[in-house]
Amino acid sequence: MSPLLEVRNLSVAYGAIEAVRDISFTVEAGQIVSLIGSNGAGKTTTLRTISGLLRPAAGEILFQGKPIHNQPAHTILGMGISHSPEGRRLFPRMTVEENLQLGAYVRKDDGVQADMQRVYDLFPVLGERRHNKAGLFSGGEQQMLAIGRAMMSKPRLLMLDEPSMGLSPIMTQRIFDTIKELQSLGTTILLVEQNALAALALSDHGYVIDLGKTTLDGPGHSLLADQRVRDAYLGESH
Amino acid sequence: MSVLLQQLANGVVQGALIALIALGYTMVYGIIQLINFAHGEVFMVASYGGLATFTLLPEDLQKSPAVALPLMFVGGIVVAVVVAVIMERFAYRPLRNAPRLAPLITALGVSVFLQEAVRVFYPNAKSNLPYPKVFPEGNLTLGPVNVSWTGVLLVGLSIGLAVILQTYINKSRMGRAMRATAQDPDTAKLMGVNPNRVIVLTFVFGAVLAGVAGIMYGGYLNNINIDMGFQTGIFAFTAAVLGGVGSIRGAVIGAFIIGLIKTVAGQYMPGGTQYDYVWIFVVLILVLVFRPQGLFGEPERVRA
Ligand SMILES: Nc1ncnc2c1ncn2[C@@H]1O[C@H](COP(=O)(O)OP(=O)(O)OP(=O)(O)O)[C@@H](O)[C@H]1O
Ligand SMILES: [Mg+2]
Repeated sequence: MSPLLEVRNLSVAYGAIEAVRDISFTVEAGQIVSLIGSNGAGKTTTLRTISGLLRPAAGEILFQGKPIHNQPAHTILGMGISHSPEGRRLFPRMTVEENLQLGAYVRKDDGVQADMQRVYDLFPVLGERRHNKAGLFSGGEQQMLAIGRAMMSKPRLLMLDEPSMGLSPIMTQRIFDTIKELQSLGTTILLVEQNALAALALSDHGYVIDLGKTTLDGPGHSLLADQRVRDAYLGESH
Repeated sequence: MSVLLQQLANGVVQGALIALIALGYTMVYGIIQLINFAHGEVFMVASYGGLATFTLLPEDLQKSPAVALPLMFVGGIVVAVVVAVIMERFAYRPLRNAPRLAPLITALGVSVFLQEAVRVFYPNAKSNLPYPKVFPEGNLTLGPVNVSWTGVLLVGLSIGLAVILQTYINKSRMGRAMRATAQDPDTAKLMGVNPNRVIVLTFVFGAVLAGVAGIMYGGYLNNINIDMGFQTGIFAFTAAVLGGVGSIRGAVIGAFIIGLIKTVAGQYMPGGTQYDYVWIFVVLILVLVFRPQGLFGEPERVRA
């Protein structure tokens, strides 16, 4: 059986700037996979290319065995890939509820209301303030809403770009617990993090990206133990 | 005093007309940050579309306003929508990612093209054409103030359609997608919103409103000409800027302010109606000095 997501020799450029050079990785159904790497390594660019906002200069992206790298972003969401972008990118002038409804925009089934309640159960503060504008929330609350919104499409693959950015350690722990819980509910997760320690501890598999290339990969716990990873990423993150 | 009241009433009717057109400017700007200068021409071709529809009707139907007027609305709106959709598809969409100046210049080109097309192909379009007498006759008289029933109908249509539009944008699924695309187009795509569909729909809504305006203009002023789109378009564009481009409420309120300035200044200021543009721009500049984003606009912000 083909993996859920397969990225093969992907290269992406912004004009003359090559941001991603020959990245390859796979995500198996049911896993949490993380991409770690320092600032500017090309992690965000990789996710934006998978979700169809950018076009690759070379390489392939296969989802459930089918190439998707020429599909527009709204089609890719419909195929089951949801992307919670870097910086959260909520619709600040819309309410919590409207943001969640937009997350479920392509759904035609009648389970939307129940799933919205599930998000409120997971993050009660969102339920209490469902009619408030998203722009008024704190960083941690906004991150909860961003994750909740990305869950609303019921994705097979959920991509999270730096969900812990700007959050307190307690809030970060909440978010990582939630990611684990989503996995146990059957969602496959592709996680991008600078907080390598927390991400790898949670991951079935990790890939280290450096200057646009995958340089190392392995199960989360063995990358955590790898001296090269410890020197490069863990020393500075804690 | 009664002259002032009469001019205020006239200003409200003019404002209602301007509002119908200003909504198209403001919606398109809100979604793709394009000032669609050709929008005034969509209003103009709708007016001619309505006239053509009437001309094509059999004589017995022409004598029955209850049939002819609705058919003219249909004809005018269809022409406006077709022109707007073609314009979006072939003039603006290919330039979606080009520098902003390119679509702006294209809009001016489309505007000139549409005017010339009507001038060349519509019979006798070089002179003013009388509009069919199928509109409500008589006046509503309130004390010293007289407003034609056609004017009353225009105000009702304008306010009614603006309320429907605002409700649709705030409450419906597609309306949410439109607001999302206006606020953050990339993230809207990540929600599964097809940007082309949202943009086409925006042009269609603007064209429907401009279509209604085109027919009512003929009914209220009794004749039409090819410059009407340019002239009324400038007032409508100014109304959209005054109210804050992108804001529905702003466009409507801006339009009524401009309608009122136009008639009141035309009555009382030196130079009369010939100088109405001057007073409108004076007010516009004063507002923009103190509120650059317009009365109801969101402050300009840099996209992340
Ligand atoms: N819109 C853009 N135009 C030009 N260059 C860009 C653009 N976005 C990113 N880059 C460049 O591409 C490279 C990869 O950026 P990217 O945002 O993918 O890295 P990242 O791994 O997500 O970094 P971070 O951890 O800081 O989020 C960087 O050198 C960056 O400067
Ligand atoms: Mg990044």
